[in-house]
Amino acid sequence: MIGVELIKLVRRPRTWVSVILTCALPFVVAVFIAVTHLTPPPGQGSAFLSAVLASGALYPAAALALVLPVFLPVATAVVAGDSIAGEAAAGTLRYLLVRPVGRTRLLVAKLISVTSYVLLVVIAVTVTAYATGVLLLGPSRAGAAARAVGPGATQVPGVAGPTAGVAAGGGAITSLSGTPLSLLQLAERTAGAIAFIAVSMLGVAAIALFLSTVTTSALGATLGALAALVASEILVTLNAAAAVQPYLPTRYWLAWIDFFRDPIFWRNIDRGFGIQAVYVAVFLGAAWANFSTKDVTA
Amino acid sequence: MIITRALTKRYGAVEAVRAVHLDVREGDRYGLLGPNGSGKTTLVRMLLGLVYATSGEIEVMGRRMPRHAREVLQQVGALIEEPAAYPHLSGRANLALFDAAGPRGRSPGRSRRRRIDEALEQVGLAGVGRRPVKAYSLGMRQRLGLAAALIRGPRLLILDEPGNGLDPRGIADLRELLIGLNRNGVTVFLSSHLLAEVEQLCTRVGVLDSGRLVLQQDLASLRAPTGRILLDSPDADRVCALLDGQVERRDGQRLLIRSADPAGLNARLVGAGLRVRSIGPHRRTLEEVVLSVTGTGADHIGGAS
Repeated sequence: MIGVELIKLVRRPRTWVSVILTCALPFVVAVFIAVTHLTPPPGQGSAFLSAVLASGALYPAAALALVLPVFLPVATAVVAGDSIAGEAAAGTLRYLLVRPVGRTRLLVAKLISVTSYVLLVVIAVTVTAYATGVLLLGPSRAGAAARAVGPGATQVPGVAGPTAGVAAGGGAITSLSGTPLSLLQLAERTAGAIAFIAVSMLGVAAIALFLSTVTTSALGATLGALAALVASEILVTLNAAAAVQPYLPTRYWLAWIDFFRDPIFWRNIDRGFGIQAVYVAVFLGAAWANFSTKDVTA
Repeated sequence: MIITRALTKRYGAVEAVRAVHLDVREGDRYGLLGPNGSGKTTLVRMLLGLVYATSGEIEVMGRRMPRHAREVLQQVGALIEEPAAYPHLSGRANLALFDAAGPRGRSPGRSRRRRIDEALEQVGLAGVGRRPVKAYSLGMRQRLGLAAALIRGPRLLILDEPGNGLDPRGIADLRELLIGLNRNGVTVFLSSHLLAEVEQLCTRVGVLDSGRLVLQQDLASLRAPTGRILLDSPDADRVCALLDGQVERRDGQRLLIRSADPAGLNARLVGAGLRVRSIGPHRRTLEEVVLSVTGTGADHIGGAS
């Protein structure tokens, strides 16, 4: 069943259209920057974008920061929201269940399919952004990343200093803390960021998957999950809601930036992984409880 | 093959299926009849473990459902309301995905291809090619749905309104296919609101009305002679005079006569010099039987009476 779900994912045109569109945004941004040599001033605009002219190798991080707020969650919510509700609306759900495919098994297969999709998108963005960055923005120059993220971007004052770090060696990439990073270190940290972002998206996917078992409208499930994210984003910026902020799904979304500090600043990364694990467990549990006991009348 | 005991399904305040005792025997071609909204689809879905019963028991092939769904459903082919397929894939690709999804789905490619070819051949779609399903006609989709039901060589077929969307030719094909499968030992259970379809195909019928099973009987015994004779004669007046008291009903030249021996009656009439256009034992049509045991359909909203 898992193989079947992956085949369905791969053979569906939507999968590739969404991947291409998601990769296209950072590409378009890179073209503009390469042509105009204008980047946002440090501390403004999307994270890392101010530094990419200095080092094209940092562009994957900038690209992830570009697609994280909207493109990635929307793509994830569309695929996860469609997973059960879409089958129900098309009528194929009842045929799968009498084939028979166990309901728990179907849910697990859908989860694996959605996870694969998220990884596919994130990795595709990273790879295309690396190629774009190196080709369009050129190889790395000194002092790249230190100005990349302004203060407050991760709400950890004192770690990301607003002052520019001085690059130690020519051609090296500097961390946000100003120390140089080797290419291997950069690769490791990018991998860490990919994992963190993928897990954050799994939190979104779990919410959408749960809603997908509740309704037969894929659109409803997708928009429901996005509504939850928007609500979370609003509360995250609201001082009056400080009491609940540590438990909001989007609270630690930007913590992956901490992978690019030296040494890696683990506190928010750990919390981010933790909160997403809770969301995934709770909503998958709810999805399972609902789906395995409900009458399939669609 | 299928036994239910006091099977009941309640949706909120509505009882869709009420205390149904279904008994489908091995080798039957069982037709479940009933007006729209009488609970046929809900009953079928409960048999397949899609909808959970409020109370009562279901046994399919001697095993309790839905507890043993995994073992039982492997031997069941099903068509539930409309067929469904992934529209951007070909019929063949759909069948392959469907086949691979379930238990023992990892069969070698060659055996799967052979089974797909066989199933498509059986339903008359052998030459369909690589067209995506979204380009199929309604009848082709119905045939594809049937192919999916047949692909694993089921012992029991559960078909909900299998004739939907088929043209007369398609319905005749379907009948022939199901009778052939039945001859090879497949039990067929189908629901329909088309009396003619059931009358020509089935050996046993059940009638559902407002969620109750109001009739369950072999078709042959339902359609046994009623002990009356149907006579058509241009000399109807003189027949009435001759058979005074035996004539139950008269409609122009057609008479309904109380007597169980058409041959004897014919000889007597001809002996008396009366002409006979047609004569034969009177049987109730399935329609008369069904109408006599059912009320108005659930989609008939009458005024207060």
